Amino acid sequence: MDSSKVIHAFYTDEEVLLDAVKAVKSEHHHIEEVFCPFPVHGLDKAMGLAPTKLAITAFMYGLIGLGFSIWMTNYMMIVDWPQDIGGKPSFSWIENMPAFVPIMFELTVFFAAHLMVITFYMRSRIWPFKDAENPDPRTTDDHFLMEIPVQNNEEELTSLLCKTGAVEINVVDKH
Amino acid sequence: MYQFSGRLKTFSKALIFIGLIGIAFSFYNGSKKTLEDANHIIEAVHNDGHENGHAQVKDSHVEEMKHDDHASQDDDHVSKEIKAEPHNDDHAEHVLHQLQNRPWSAFYVALFFSLGLSLLVLTFYAIQRVALVGWSVVILRVMEAITANLLPTSIIMVVLLVASVMHLNHLFPWMAEGIFDPESDKYDAIIDGKSWWMNSTGFIVRSIAYLLIWNAYRFFIRKGSIKEDTANDSNKTYKNNYNMSVVFLFLFMITESMMSWDWIMGLDPHWFSTLFGWYVLATLLVSAITVIAFVTIYLRSKGAIPGVNDSHIHDLAKFMFGFSVFWTYLWFAQFMLIWYADIPEETTYFVARFTEYKLPFIGMVFMNFVFPILLLLNSDFKSKPWFVFIGGTVILIGHYIDIFVMIMPSTVGAQWSFGIPEISAIFFFVGLFIYTTFSAFARANPIAKGNPFLQESEHYHYYNIEHTGEGSGDHH
Repeated sequence: MDSSKVIHAFYTDEEVLLDAVKAVKSEHHHIEEVFCPFPVHGLDKAMGLAPTKLAITAFMYGLIGLGFSIWMTNYMMIVDWPQDIGGKPSFSWIENMPAFVPIMFELTVFFAAHLMVITFYMRSRIWPFKDAENPDPRTTDDHFLMEIPVQNNEEELTSLLCKTGAVEINVVDKH
Repeated sequence: MYQFSGRLKTFSKALIFIGLIGIAFSFYNGSKKTLEDANHIIEAVHNDGHENGHAQVKDSHVEEMKHDDHASQDDDHVSKEIKAEPHNDDHAEHVLHQLQNRPWSAFYVALFFSLGLSLLVLTFYAIQRVALVGWSVVILRVMEAITANLLPTSIIMVVLLVASVMHLNHLFPWMAEGIFDPESDKYDAIIDGKSWWMNSTGFIVRSIAYLLIWNAYRFFIRKGSIKEDTANDSNKTYKNNYNMSVVFLFLFMITESMMSWDWIMGLDPHWFSTLFGWYVLATLLVSAITVIAFVTIYLRSKGAIPGVNDSHIHDLAKFMFGFSVFWTYLWFAQFMLIWYADIPEETTYFVARFTEYKLPFIGMVFMNFVFPILLLLNSDFKSKPWFVFIGGTVILIGHYIDIFVMIMPSTVGAQWSFGIPEISAIFFFVGLFIYTTFSAFARANPIAKGNPFLQESEHYHYYNIEHTGEGSGDHH
C-alpha cells in the first residue's frame, strides 16, 4: 500500500532546494521528480540524472539537414530544371556549390532546431491538449516541489525534509 | 608576483637571435638576385609546361584592363594602358622584383600577424572594460601583458613602411615610379584615380597615426589599470579606464578598417572588397583569443594566476570556436559574392589564389573552419587545456597561412615558397612576443585586485562543466 504514497515537499528558493536535494540524495533516498517554475542550473547533476543526449541528436539532425539540402539543391537546380547560375551554365552541382552554401547552412540549422525541439517534446511527454502533470499549481508560480516515494519511512523522511527548509510537507496517495 | 623564468627568457632570446640571423641571411640572398635569375625562372616555367596558371593570371589582367577602358570615358588613357602591358623585359623585371620581395614579404607576413594579434588582444581587452565583463577579470593582466608586444612591432612596422616608401622594396605596386605620371610608360589610370588616398605622404601619415592611437591607449590603460590596484577611490580610476576604452574602441573600428586597406589591400591596388576590413578583423581576432588562451593555460600551469579555473578556459575556447565560424562567414561572404558576380576586376584576387596558391588557400579553410568546428563543438572538450591547445595550434597556423595568402600573391606571385625567410621571421616574432609578454606580466600584480568584478570572476562557474580538482558540490 505504501508504495503508492509520495511525499511532496515545497520550497520557495532554488538555492535552498538545491541544498535539500543534495541532503536527500546523501541519505540515499530516491527523488522521483522535482517541479520548478524555471530551470535550475545544476539540479540535474544534484539529482543524479544522466546527462542529456539532446546535443548528440541535434548534431545528427544537422547532418540530416545538410544531406537533405545537398540532395534538394541538386535535384531542383541541376537535375529537374537545370539552371544557369551566375552566368556559369556548367550544370554541375560541385562547380555551383558556393551558390548553395547559404541553403545548406539554413537547412542544417532548420533541421537541427526543429527536430531537436520535437525530440525534446516527445522525450518530455508533452503534446497539444495534454493535461499538466505537476501535482500543485503553485509550481508554475513561485514554489518548488520535491516528490519522494515513501517506503515505510514516512517519519524519517518528514523530519529530514523539515531540516532542509521545506515550507510545507504533504503525504499524498498517488493513483 | 610572477617571475619570468631564466629558461624561458633564454629561449625567447635564442629565438630572436636565430630569427635575426635567418632574416639577415635571406635579405642578403634577396639582394643578390639579378635579372639573370629571373630569366632562368621564366625559362624553367616555360620548359616545365607550367605556364598554364601564369597564362590564366595574365589573361585576367588583360581582361581587367580592357574592362576598365570601357568603364573610363577617357580615351587618352586607352593607348597608354595597352602599352603598359608587360612585354618580355618587363616580365623579367617583374619576376626579379618578386624575387627581391620575398625576404621583405616573409618578414611582413610575420610582422603583420604579430602586430595585428597584439592589437586585437588590446581591443578584446577594451571590450571587457566597456562591457563591464565579470568573468574575465582574472585574466585581464594576461591580456595586458600580451599587448606589450604592440610597441616593438609598431616600431618595426614604421621602419618597414618607411623603407617601402623609400623604394627599398617593391611590396606596394602603387609606389612604383611613373604610376601617377601620365607621360610615363607605367602610368596607371586606375591607381591615379585613387591617388587622393594612395600617395606616399598620406600613407605614412595615416600609418603613424593608427600606430600612435593604439600605442597611446595601451600606454594609458596599462597605467590606469595598475593604478586601480591601489587606488581605493570608490572606482574613480575604474570609471576613467572605462571612458578611455570607449574612446579607443570607437577609434579602433575606424583605424582598423583603414589599416587593412592601406597595409594589405594596397598590395593589390586595382582590387577592392568592401568587407575586407572585417575579414582582416576576424582573422586577427580569432588569433588573438587563441593567444590569450595559450598564455593563460601556460601561466595557470605555472600557478601564476590562481583565480583561473576551467570555466575561464571554457569561455576562451567558446570564443575561439565562435570567431572561427565568424571568420568563415566573412571569408565566404567575400568569396561568394565575387564568384557569383564574376566581374573581372574583382575575380583577379581569387584567380591568383586559386592558381598559384591552391593548396594553402584551400587548406587554410579546412584548418580555420572544419577542424575547429569538429574539435571544439563538444562542450566538455572546450574546458580541457589539451584540446584547446591542439585546436589553437591549428587555428594559429591556419591564420598565419591566411595572412600569407593575403600578402604573398600580390608581392611575390608565383615565386613563393616556405623556407628560411618565412621560418626565421616567425622565430623572430615569436621570440619577441614571448619576451615582451612575460616580462610585462612579471612587472605587475598578476591579478587585477582593484577591479570591482574580481569576486565574480573568481567564483565564475559555467554550470555545465565540472572543474578539475574540485568536488561538484563546491559551486552551483
